[in-house]
Amino acid sequence: MSSAPARLRPARATRRGGAEAQARRRDGAWPWLFVLPLLIGIATFYLWPILQTFYFSFTEWGVFGGTTWTGIDNYARLVVDPKLYQSIGNTLLYTAIVLLGIPIAVVLATLLNTPGLRFAAVYRVLFFLPYIAMPTAVAMVWRIIFNGDFGVLNWVLSLVGIDGPYWTSTPGVALVAVAIVGLWSSLGFAIIVLGAGLKAIPPEYYEAAELDGASAWRRFTSITVPLLTPSIFFVTVVTTISSFQLFDLLYAILGSSNPIVPKSMSLVYFFYREGFTLGDKGYAAAIAMVILAIIGMATLVQFRLQRKWVVND
Amino acid sequence: MQRTSTRGRMALAATAAASTVALLAACSGPAGDAGSDADYAPPASDLQAELTYAFWDASQQAAIEANLEEFNAQYPNIKVNLDVTPWGDYWTKIQTQASSDTLPDLFWLNGPNFQLYASNGKVAPITTLVDGGYIDTADYPSALVDLYNLDGVQYGVPKDFDTIGLWYNTALFAAAGVDEPTADWTWDDVSAAGEQISTALADQGVYGVAGGMDGQTTYYNTIFQAGGEVITADGTSGYADEATQKGLQFWADLIASGASPSMQQLTDTPADQWFTSGKLAMYYGGSWFRGAIGGSDVEADVQVAPLPRGEKQATVIHGVANVVSANSKNKQAARALQVFLASKEAQQQQGEVGSIIPAFTGTQSSFVGSLPGVNLQVFLDAVDYAVPLPVSKNSAAWNAFEAELLPEAFSGDRSVADVTVDLAQQMDDALAKER
Repeated sequence: MSSAPARLRPARATRRGGAEAQARRRDGAWPWLFVLPLLIGIATFYLWPILQTFYFSFTEWGVFGGTTWTGIDNYARLVVDPKLYQSIGNTLLYTAIVLLGIPIAVVLATLLNTPGLRFAAVYRVLFFLPYIAMPTAVAMVWRIIFNGDFGVLNWVLSLVGIDGPYWTSTPGVALVAVAIVGLWSSLGFAIIVLGAGLKAIPPEYYEAAELDGASAWRRFTSITVPLLTPSIFFVTVVTTISSFQLFDLLYAILGSSNPIVPKSMSLVYFFYREGFTLGDKGYAAAIAMVILAIIGMATLVQFRLQRKWVVND
Repeated sequence: MQRTSTRGRMALAATAAASTVALLAACSGPAGDAGSDADYAPPASDLQAELTYAFWDASQQAAIEANLEEFNAQYPNIKVNLDVTPWGDYWTKIQTQASSDTLPDLFWLNGPNFQLYASNGKVAPITTLVDGGYIDTADYPSALVDLYNLDGVQYGVPKDFDTIGLWYNTALFAAAGVDEPTADWTWDDVSAAGEQISTALADQGVYGVAGGMDGQTTYYNTIFQAGGEVITADGTSGYADEATQKGLQFWADLIASGASPSMQQLTDTPADQWFTSGKLAMYYGGSWFRGAIGGSDVEADVQVAPLPRGEKQATVIHGVANVVSANSKNKQAARALQVFLASKEAQQQQGEVGSIIPAFTGTQSSFVGSLPGVNLQVFLDAVDYAVPLPVSKNSAAWNAFEAELLPEAFSGDRSVADVTVDLAQQMDDALAKER
């Protein structure tokens, strides 16, 4: 509507920087207006808390608020705290075990994607269920399975003559037990993402390979895996980040009063314990910044390494 | 992937920084005025107000609603909204509300958390309520009244209380051929009977007695029975004390002799579950354990005795208090409710409807009769020799150290003496920070 008079007055339209420039400026503003709600959301719920946490990491925080600036005290304390290194080690061990699930997921996703597989949808749902189940519910079930005296796992092991350990109350063993649950419950997500990646591989490649007489294994290693690397990369990055954030499974499986918790803490559990159990929120803020830095670095390294192994056509 | 425009990023950063500054400015204002406490007089019966009453135990809601019906008969225009938050989240929520001065008008507080709120001016003293004769502290167990007194100022009185007793399974005692506990049992009797039962019924996986990591039901009691203390009168740790160590050694010995399941077994399956599933003959448990017995497998075989003596007789006592927020906008109405809930009538009703022992002396008979045939009178008699649950301004901090270190002593990995020296030092550091 408003463009009609402009057409009637060519003199104005031909002036340099006139209507055209105006239109460009409008173009420049409109997209920003559309993403503004998102930007406000990100600023409010991500950037603001991060900056705040960064500030609080230089303070000592009273129980009911009221902070005192203490400079780098919290960080100085943190670098000599053995609990930091123990929880980093525990987090890395957990992440390593959970990442072992990705090759398993690749194989399972390929099998689920086999043409003509019956009940494929049923299998997909079954593998996906643990992923959408509440971590607390998952943990409660596994607690019962892991119970040293009355648990299913040790009962099964006893059938073949193995004396199972107290899974959730033995240092060292407990973290592995939690990681097994982590691996199991993240399998569904990986399978769905990888399954979508598999669907994107053109069937002609397989037809051609089959004509050339390539075996199923050869097709898997030479076509499926290379062409799936972008999906594998994505799953690896996401799984690593979520593994570094391990808290709920550990908290719910081991329980808050389990005496081995201090030896089996993840980084986020360490943060929680200092901030919410011991009430040292400034120190906890410093731990949170360290977690942010570690996850950032791990993700950066993964993106750098990506060039070496991810096939992008 | 896509390069963001520098200008966009700058704008974002500026916005974020601006809002942070705004927030910090909001935070740095002076802490809320603790509120001067004018003399209390019962409000006019037509006082109009809306209150929030927060607590954590949903099983007591029926009793509280019954209380409120009576209260509203007196004050029909005071509307009370109930706010129930499960135990696990209650303290996080209350602490957040306290930080932003939005505490509920009336709320439950317990011993381990009381001093933190009182010393920070978050709860209103009841001094004028006591001086005016609206609440008489002599009506409640004195050990519990003291729990809600800080530096000579009274902030609340207990609405209920709990003590600890020795719950036992008569069927397992009979099966093992061991005499049942009596009121004059000592530590030696528990150890001997525990060992005998564990040995006699080993093929059924039954244990005689169980330790555990809950101080209130286990080691605090034996520490006091041995003449030791958890926190000394001058506010330092009592763990390095020889008598205290003796109270801990009792549990280490029970585990070492096989009378009790190991620490690992008790981590996987807590002592109360061993007991209710018929795999444990003796359980050190609170009066509140009554609620877990009804409907359990062992319901017909349960009996209770006073805690066995060490050097002397002792039990931990604890109770919850109703406190008024110092910043309540309806303080007059909230205090009227606080006074009402502390009254004999309200407490009597709590005992009849709920599952707790009311704190008001003389209203406890309904509790005693609630498990026919079981000698629940034990828990009331225990008040005579009860010791308050050890607490400080920030109990949670050193409770965490207890939970971390004591298992090493109980399991026999390190000697009790070694562990308690470490524990005392860590606890002293935590206590020093409170001052």
